[in-house]
Amino acid sequence: MLKLTRSDYFALRQHGEETYPHECCGVLLGRFDDGGAKTVWRIARCANTRQDSPQNRYHIDPKELIRIQREGRERDEDIVGFYHSHPDHPAQWSVTDLAEAHWFGCSYVITSIERGVAAITNSFELAGTDEGDKKLVDEKTEVA
Amino acid sequence: MPQIQIPSPLRQYSGKQASVDVAGNTVGEALAGLVSQHPDLKRHLYTDDGKLRAFVNVYVNDEDMRYLQKEATVLKDGDTISIVPSIAGGGL
Repeated sequence: MLKLTRSDYFALRQHGEETYPHECCGVLLGRFDDGGAKTVWRIARCANTRQDSPQNRYHIDPKELIRIQREGRERDEDIVGFYHSHPDHPAQWSVTDLAEAHWFGCSYVITSIERGVAAITNSFELAGTDEGDKKLVDEKTEVA
Repeated sequence: MPQIQIPSPLRQYSGKQASVDVAGNTVGEALAGLVSQHPDLKRHLYTDDGKLRAFVNVYVNDEDMRYLQKEATVLKDGDTISIVPSIAGGGL
């Protein structure tokens, strides 16, 4: 399960509206709970560096990720997941999303943006033990 | 002694440590030291033929080692190596 505050939930959806018709992307920081759930304490917006096809691709600069990771360590936060948007496309993971997912145990949150307006937000956890058996599985999201 | 920062998904293979101190004069030696200390990390970082996986980014401080001298990059005392699996995807 992924636990998000209402303000973070709306903030990541709003990010997708702001970057429409391009995909947005960002990082979820918080804690892995003992019971297997993840609690998000804050989100960090990132730039989508895929200038060649930003309407249906995203990529986060590793340098930006290192900075976010470093700031997170100083606050005792872990990277627990990522988010991105699918402009005029369902809030379901794509073949590309799975192929490019490498953070096992983390959440991949996808928001569909329909004609500029955030529609559905779904979360998927990258399950499996390695690249050979990985899969994105539906994950319950708790917004409070 | 260089320190290697371990990303959250790989910490289950590094004894739950977020960072590991390793000996080594180069990035390659430091990474070899890491997988020697934590052998379960190896298959997540390297392909079967011993090459670093394409999606595994390795940074020395804030520089991508690909733009330095790759695994031959010489390390200074206090350098931090970050292992960062790539973050990408998209709707199609």
